[in-house]
Amino acid sequence: MAAAPAPPGPGAALDLGLESLLREAVAAVDRAGEELVAALGAVRAALAAAGGPTALGERERALFGALLRRLARAPGAARPEGLWQCCFLEGPPGLVLCVLLEALGSAGSGLDPREVAVVLEQFLQQGRLSALLWEVCQPQAQAGCLELQGTLLSKIVCLPEHVSNKLLGKNPPVFFPQNYFPLLGDAVLQVLEKISDSLREEILGVLVPRLTDLTKSDCIWQRICWQLVECVPDRWMEAVVLGFVQRAPGADVLSRLLGNLVVKNKKAEFVVAQKMLLLQYGHTTAVLQNLLGYLALDSGRRPLLLRVLQDLLQTWSSSSAVKHSPAEQQLYISKAILICLSHLKEPEIASCRQELLTSMMEGVKCHLGSSLPQLRRLGMVVAESICSSINTEGPVLKFEYEEDDETRELKSLLVQTPSFCVVPSLPDNDRSEKAGAALPLVPERNENSCTAAPVKADEESDAELDSDDDLIPYDMSEDKELKLKAPMYIRDCIEVLTGSRPEDVDKWEATVKALESLVRRNPAATREVSVELAKILLHLEEKTCIEGFVELRQRAQVAVLVTDPIPVAKYLTSQFYSLNYSLRQRMDILDVLVLAAQELSCPKFHGKTKHSGVQKPCIQLLPESDSSKGWRRIVDERIKSKTRRFDTGQSRVELASCPNEFNSVAGYFFFPLIQHFDRPLTTFDLLGEDHLVLGRLVHTLAVLMYLAVNTVAVTAMGKALLEFVWALRFHTDSYVRQGLLSCISSLLLSVPTERILADMTEELLETQSWLGDVMEKDPDGDCRRLALQNLLLMENLKKKLEAVPS
Amino acid sequence: MALPPPDPQFVLRGTSAAVHTLHFSCGGPDPDIPLLFSGSENGFIHVWNLKTHRVDTALDGHGRKSVCCVKTMGGKDRLLSQGRDQRICLWHLAEGRTSVTDSLFTEHVGFCRCSLLQVAQGRWLMAMAARSLEEVQILELPSKTSVCTLKPEVGAKLGMPMCLKLWQPSCGSQPVLLAGYEDGSVVLWNVSMGKALSRLSCHQEPVMSLDFDSEKARGISGSSEKVLSIWSLNEQQNLQVYKTHELINAGISDITIRPDKKILATAGWDHRIRIFGWKKLKPLAVLDYHTAAAHCVSFSDHSSPRDRLLAAGSRDQRISVWSIYAHT
Repeated sequence: MAAAPAPPGPGAALDLGLESLLREAVAAVDRAGEELVAALGAVRAALAAAGGPTALGERERALFGALLRRLARAPGAARPEGLWQCCFLEGPPGLVLCVLLEALGSAGSGLDPREVAVVLEQFLQQGRLSALLWEVCQPQAQAGCLELQGTLLSKIVCLPEHVSNKLLGKNPPVFFPQNYFPLLGDAVLQVLEKISDSLREEILGVLVPRLTDLTKSDCIWQRICWQLVECVPDRWMEAVVLGFVQRAPGADVLSRLLGNLVVKNKKAEFVVAQKMLLLQYGHTTAVLQNLLGYLALDSGRRPLLLRVLQDLLQTWSSSSAVKHSPAEQQLYISKAILICLSHLKEPEIASCRQELLTSMMEGVKCHLGSSLPQLRRLGMVVAESICSSINTEGPVLKFEYEEDDETRELKSLLVQTPSFCVVPSLPDNDRSEKAGAALPLVPERNENSCTAAPVKADEESDAELDSDDDLIPYDMSEDKELKLKAPMYIRDCIEVLTGSRPEDVDKWEATVKALESLVRRNPAATREVSVELAKILLHLEEKTCIEGFVELRQRAQVAVLVTDPIPVAKYLTSQFYSLNYSLRQRMDILDVLVLAAQELSCPKFHGKTKHSGVQKPCIQLLPESDSSKGWRRIVDERIKSKTRRFDTGQSRVELASCPNEFNSVAGYFFFPLIQHFDRPLTTFDLLGEDHLVLGRLVHTLAVLMYLAVNTVAVTAMGKALLEFVWALRFHTDSYVRQGLLSCISSLLLSVPTERILADMTEELLETQSWLGDVMEKDPDGDCRRLALQNLLLMENLKKKLEAVPS
Repeated sequence: MALPPPDPQFVLRGTSAAVHTLHFSCGGPDPDIPLLFSGSENGFIHVWNLKTHRVDTALDGHGRKSVCCVKTMGGKDRLLSQGRDQRICLWHLAEGRTSVTDSLFTEHVGFCRCSLLQVAQGRWLMAMAARSLEEVQILELPSKTSVCTLKPEVGAKLGMPMCLKLWQPSCGSQPVLLAGYEDGSVVLWNVSMGKALSRLSCHQEPVMSLDFDSEKARGISGSSEKVLSIWSLNEQQNLQVYKTHELINAGISDITIRPDKKILATAGWDHRIRIFGWKKLKPLAVLDYHTAAAHCVSFSDHSSPRDRLLAAGSRDQRISVWSIYAHT
């Protein structure tokens, strides 16, 4: 009896083994000691091997019940500690609950009520309650007497009262009704989910693969199958269709299984053509391909495909949908459009070319107007695809955007003719014919490749009698034109940049490239002409195609602004709101302000050039300059990516130890920007059409606010910003809202806690309720996340206040 | 496939300023050490020992103002230097002396280098830009007596003289001066008569440097443009454009024809030294070593042709010394 014989496997041998093991264990309870330990261990092992308590048969259950009862009644010393609890926790849950409650009710030498309570607590916490409910739901259990179920039910419901009665109020918190019933509710829900899953799994998991096989070559089975799905009652049609679409390995299979269901059944049509495409967006691309491929496979269904495409396009081109629906859904719709296009044939497209064109124009307009780059790109890809399919010859629409995985995936949807849609009985000889026709083309091309190079005319035969013949030249192929030297003085640069002589293109290029370093090396000379230079740079247009022109110009602008912050910031902020600038220029201004502010507030940014003197004391103060550098880099990156999760405690300490040059100029950067946003100009309306610029402005303000930490103006800035945010909080553009939420984050991080409380409590309370709303209701995922972050920041603030005794 | 251009024979470093002028003195008999004089922007004249490649002496005579011309007078112990302090100094260097023995105030503020011509043993003529803008003055050295002043005709509008070359058609005949001017023209002056013989407008921009081969009666000039201009002097003492040569990059700061008149070298603003055959102006080599504009080129006066060197000084403060076409 030393080692438990491992049961050889499920079946008769197991039953016998478990049964005899249980008998032995029951007998062993009386004898206690080593033998009982071994017997219980053997029972547990056998039970686990059999697959848990559900595998127990009628007789074994009875024996298990007896074992548990004997255990419960046995004196405490006779029960091997740890092992008996396991028996209770692993046994059939219904049985266990009955025995435990019996033990609780009976006074005697057996289990102490407190021990019972501990086991019960574990029983509840390990989710045995849902196991119990699941057990009751099993078919064999339902066959058992209803009376037993009734008892169990009442026991489950009365458990808290029961326990607290016995323990005289010293029951663990799990048994408090406010804790227990939610637990019970959870268990019920889990069981319900499990039931529904297993039902669906069972039916469709068996049905679909089998039907797939059967319908492959048998038209009778096909008819049966069609009949089957057509007769599904309307209420369940959706679940059935969805299940078939998800499970079918390809569109052709789906077509075999469903037949023309969508044409015959209104409900199925609604599910396929509306619900799955326009209302839901969680399905995978494969499901979409199945679905649309299915629609395309039969001439009876193709009109529906065309209609689906029109519906999709209507959604795609609706500006309100673009504005308000989540990006994932728009991606989904775009995919569906592209798949539709890949299935449509020339004449079909021709029949609705005008409509396609109209909605494409509409859609492009509102997608390009969106401030989210992903949506813009989506619009471009879809528009290109539509254009190329409605317009096979002639000029093709081509946008400039960077390819990424998403666009490549989208494009592959269009190009690919889904292989599983191809009727498998495609005549093979047809294919080889085509290949044969293509073959002879190849050799023809090679013929004229070897045109003889004309023999060089003896041009050089002109005898050079009096020549330098004895002097053999060296290789001079390296003698190329030298890159033109850039001007050495700032004023020269101005002259070059403002000059309009066309022959100076090279010089102009060299100047643009050299300007930043020139400005940084000559701060004094720059200050003399800073505003003039800023003006020139702001208006500088790309004359020739220089690589990285925009970046070069921007770096020069930043250098000028950093060198002479106050007048240049005044100039730039005033220009932001003045007439006759393009949106691009206005956004350039914002970018430059942000980058310069960032540089001013972090002296290490350009440590090599001019701050080397300043830097030294910093290093002494900060022994771990490397780690702080890393930290700074991370913050920069985060600011750029516009997500903010800051380790607030540390950031303050480290920033404080560097001289913040932004301190004295923060106001010049910030306040002029915030002043005029609500005054539309004839060419520039921030609150109207130009919401992209507004979004950038808001993000800029957020970054400036963040960088203004520890500056004198920070509180005033915070107040102004809060009002600004409040005025714009219901803006329709999600990019703007994201910016506003970033503003709040920066504010909470930058403004000292005591100032926040003293000066803007009420505003903050209002903001808090707004944040709550955003977190719950905003259609944009990023907005929701930012709002949540803000609320957490506020929470932290509160905690910090409580921690510090005032 | 042509050979790649050679690397410098050696490089002299340590002037700690841009090098503006170079002059060899290697023609002495054997125990004499070959020397190279260099004048740099910080006012020093360095005397380089070409055996050790070290500076033997550094002469400071121009008040830390740029030295633009250094010439020996006779042996290597007599030196003439011109600086931007508007002075021309005469040095005695024998027996380790480093003193200025005589000096001359030119009152000229331009960049024009002076030109020296030995007319007899111990007698030299020197041409230099004079105080008034367009004039050139000829002096006799060492007496410093003025021979004549060459004034352009009224209304000629030549601008300042930029470069000068004094030469003698044949021994004993009248010395002649070729002067390149700011307006891009080259003028031939008869020194003894003080009269312009011929004027040739061969450049659009100021003439930066010129050299003349009296045997072939042909000269070459370079400016800030992309063109080298070769001109000839006919029997009627008229200058005519013989040929132009287009360069890859603009700007020539110095041109020197090797004493044997076989090749010539140019120092370019594009950092490069170019070597041409003198007969046909056939491009021979482009020496790309310097990292800033080359200011001057000079050929050595070694008595054995095989030892001949070419030196180039540049704004990058280095002097590169090359051995190129020494055997031909």
